[in-house]
Amino acid sequence: MSDDVLRIRTPIGIKYQYSAGPRVSSHLIGLMEGRFVGKRCPSCHLVYMPPRNGTCAKCGCLLGEDVEVGQRGTITTFCVVNVPFLGQTIKIPYVAATILLDGADMGMQHLIQEVEATEVRMGMRVEPVWRPREEWQPSMENVLYFRPTGEPDAPYESYAGQL
Amino acid sequence: MAERCAVIGVGQTQHTSCRADVSIAGLVREAVDRALASAHMTMADIDAIVIGKAPDMLEGVMMPELWLVDALAAAGKPVFRVHTAGSVGGSTAIVAAQHVTSGVHKRVLTVGFEKQSDGNAMWALSVPMPFGMPVHAGAGGYFSPIIRSYIKRSGAPAHIGCMVAVKDRTNACKNPYAHLHEPDWTLEKAMASPMLWDPVRMVETCPSSDGAMALVLASEDVADAHDGPKAWVHATAMRSEPTAFAGRNQVSPKASEDCAADLWRKAGITSPIDEIDAVEMYVPFAWFEPMWLESLGFAPKDHGWRFVEDGITEMTGRLPVNCSGGVLSSNPIGASGMLRFGEAAMQVMGIAGEHQVDSVRKAFGHAYGGGSQFFAMWVVGANKP
Repeated sequence: MSDDVLRIRTPIGIKYQYSAGPRVSSHLIGLMEGRFVGKRCPSCHLVYMPPRNGTCAKCGCLLGEDVEVGQRGTITTFCVVNVPFLGQTIKIPYVAATILLDGADMGMQHLIQEVEATEVRMGMRVEPVWRPREEWQPSMENVLYFRPTGEPDAPYESYAGQL
Repeated sequence: MAERCAVIGVGQTQHTSCRADVSIAGLVREAVDRALASAHMTMADIDAIVIGKAPDMLEGVMMPELWLVDALAAAGKPVFRVHTAGSVGGSTAIVAAQHVTSGVHKRVLTVGFEKQSDGNAMWALSVPMPFGMPVHAGAGGYFSPIIRSYIKRSGAPAHIGCMVAVKDRTNACKNPYAHLHEPDWTLEKAMASPMLWDPVRMVETCPSSDGAMALVLASEDVADAHDGPKAWVHATAMRSEPTAFAGRNQVSPKASEDCAADLWRKAGITSPIDEIDAVEMYVPFAWFEPMWLESLGFAPKDHGWRFVEDGITEMTGRLPVNCSGGVLSSNPIGASGMLRFGEAAMQVMGIAGEHQVDSVRKAFGHAYGGGSQFFAMWVVGANKP
């Protein structure tokens, strides 16, 4: 049995192209200009940020006008990641938070830094720390991380509907 | 639902962290052979095969069904593959049941499987999203913020997740097929378990398993002629919703609530807590037990954790949940949903052995997948629907 070959290692890898679609273009251009550009649903009037599919999942329609949302936002919920894993790019422990940018109607995931993980709270107000302008790409990675603004926490009622 | 359908065969593998002794084909065949034996059938008796597994990226093999045809007894027969992420085992069983209830086939074999040790699920579930920030850290990184939201919303005390974990790990010791057999968990020891994705502790997470589950589903005439235990399919339901959208309730997704309401209506059940005798619920992170109890209509909103605290979901409780040990004790992802469906059937059939609940007339099987966005559920019963 010890001479049997029971397992072999066969790595695979590929770089893909991602077709973002024309309705996401203004969002991606915004990121290259240091702005957060979402889109409003013409039916329910909620603001998608990011407008990943260009459509409103609830109403089933195409999203409409561009809406530049605020740079600051509120942490609605979060976790502290303590697990090492293959492909990890951030040193653990780190806080992965859902951030509701001011004027947006959905949260997005980002990193929280410049604060102890134990100090991070639901409702905490945060702002982005951008990479140097010459490094900007059409990606949310242009923001290195979010950090506390020092403002008073947002009241629970203001984001309870986002959980 | 035109024709009646019953589960007459159940077969699963020993779930474990690494089945280096078999290929995927060998793993699948093991469950298939056991299910066929339990149905008193051979491969020749099967009309059609429906299979499901977790996304191919998790195992690193694209379309393994191409080389599983013989292991699945599918040569010369129709074979279908179902894809709904982690809920796939449940939706696969439902599609198989629909092959029978539609009157198209009389004897359908359905199989869910996953050989997690062949790949790296944590990596596959953490692949960066285009133009997003790569903060994802596996399924735990996705679900633990939602769990934090539940804790905040419901006011649940911090030890509830550990109570569920201790219950499921203790139940698993009664299930010879379960991956984890860890009899010495106590609440105190569980509370000392390290935080992996705060607020989720290591003990509150599922293992990574190799395993397979197979069921044989039969039409009414075949089931009536079968000399053995059977579980009649009373109702099935599936729902979906996108991963992210404005105004989404992530703690209790609308698709989950709608799916459960549809299921109870189809099954003629008006009070799930009173009419269901055993529950096999998809709980990969312990806190999802109270969350689903509420979402599915077993417990009032924000009261699911009280059911846990009061012991209602213990094996001896009013609503036994995951007597098999559940996903928290075995998680071959592609099979996990079918394990829930199959274990629910086993409770009705009276063949669950040491983890059998007394006199189960109706049992509930449940699976969810993706970002809490695909739902599959069934009710099976001892009597014909």
